[in-house]
Amino acid sequence: MCGVCGCGEHHHHDHSHGDHHHDHEHTHDHDHMHDHDHDHHHDQKPGNTKVIQLEQDILQRNNLMAERNRGYFEALQLFCLNLMSSPGSGKTSLLEATIKQLAAQHPEQPVYVIEGDQQTSNDADRIAALHVPVYQVNTGTGCHLEADMVNHAMKHLNPKAGALLFIENVGNLVCPAMFDLGESKKVVIISTTEGDDKPLKYPHIFLEADVCVINKIDLAPYLQTDIATLRANALRVNQHLQIFEVSATQGTGMDVWCSWLLEECAKCK
Amino acid sequence: MHEVSIAMSIIDLAEQQIRASQPCTVQELELEIGKLAGIELQTLNFALTGAVKGTAFEEAKITQHIIEGKGRCSGCETEFVMDSLLTPCPKCGSYFIHILQGREMRLKSISIN
Ligand SMILES: Nc1nc2c(ncn2[C@@H]2O[C@H](COP(=O)(O)OP(=O)(O)OP(=O)(O)O)[C@@H](O)[C@H]2O)c(=O)[nH]1
Ligand SMILES: [Mg+2]
Ligand SMILES: [Zn+2]
Ligand SMILES: [Zn+2]
Ligand SMILES: [Zn+2]
Repeated sequence: MCGVCGCGEHHHHDHSHGDHHHDHEHTHDHDHMHDHDHDHHHDQKPGNTKVIQLEQDILQRNNLMAERNRGYFEALQLFCLNLMSSPGSGKTSLLEATIKQLAAQHPEQPVYVIEGDQQTSNDADRIAALHVPVYQVNTGTGCHLEADMVNHAMKHLNPKAGALLFIENVGNLVCPAMFDLGESKKVVIISTTEGDDKPLKYPHIFLEADVCVINKIDLAPYLQTDIATLRANALRVNQHLQIFEVSATQGTGMDVWCSWLLEECAKCK
Repeated sequence: MHEVSIAMSIIDLAEQQIRASQPCTVQELELEIGKLAGIELQTLNFALTGAVKGTAFEEAKITQHIIEGKGRCSGCETEFVMDSLLTPCPKCGSYFIHILQGREMRLKSISIN
């Protein structure tokens, strides 16, 4: 079924340093033969120092894995969303409301969920209660999901073609922005309780996102948050953001959101 | 604390690159980090100190080259230096900026002998 848990394909950040225990005292002969069949080039410095010129993106391994996921999603005609927000903005609530509405109105649409959490399986349990296949990734101390975790989760979920796949990232407005998972679109969720200047304080995630969902609009009348200002600030950081306003618990705006999801799913086919 | 993951990614990538040259002693690792990359350099340094433990990079010098942020205004085409992602165009005040550089995170080179 899965080579990662089953047959020991090595896990993310599972450093196996066994192969380079260096004894920095030793003075071995540095004229050892190199076979120069690797693609980077070497500059010879004075002495025996050799400079390997790389100019490589630090996150290239994650980026390559993300592209693999993307290829897999495309082949399966999957529409995949990466949901990112601060803790408690309503990612799981939005998922629950979305799943319920789609199940009632479009039972033919397959839905799958990957839940990223540092601890607990609370969110995965909430999704499983709605009879949607869900795979839980516990990141431990890791504050974001990475592409290899999603790749692994796919082996367990084994989704049907044409499905809608949601990835709930770890509640965090900083780190998830940096790690491409291979998703079709990145969604940043912000709730009205967080204030209207959030996009200015955390510009990176708003810059990376394609979509912004403003949640808990039912609470706006009780708060100092002005939704127009919030929208303007989000667009100031990223003029291309597509913005939705919803209340996941009251159901406001869910029709527009769900129609958009189905349109995007249709585009993948 | 994504700097921890970044530090681990740096060491993973660097290990992969020196594999063909083993055995060797690593003298220096050169990084290029953009000012707009969202990386706290002090935090990254601290994270790297942890990440190199028990690796071939434990004794290596780690040099960080900072790449300045630059943008071009989508309205009036002015090019200017950006100290943060939210730097408005100095000429027309617009926030519709195309970022030209400053979001890089690269492993530039590794010196070994
Ligand atoms: N009033 C109101 N409350 C909401 C809404 N959406 C979510 N909540 C409440 O906000 C709290 C957090 O919601 P979750 O859906 O668990 O948030 P989350 O983003 O998944 O949280 P983490 O997974 O811990 O990061 C819960 O008590 C929800 O009932 C909304 O639209 N309106
Ligand atoms: Mg949740
Ligand atoms: Zn597995
Ligand atoms: Zn973090
Ligand atoms: Zn301008």
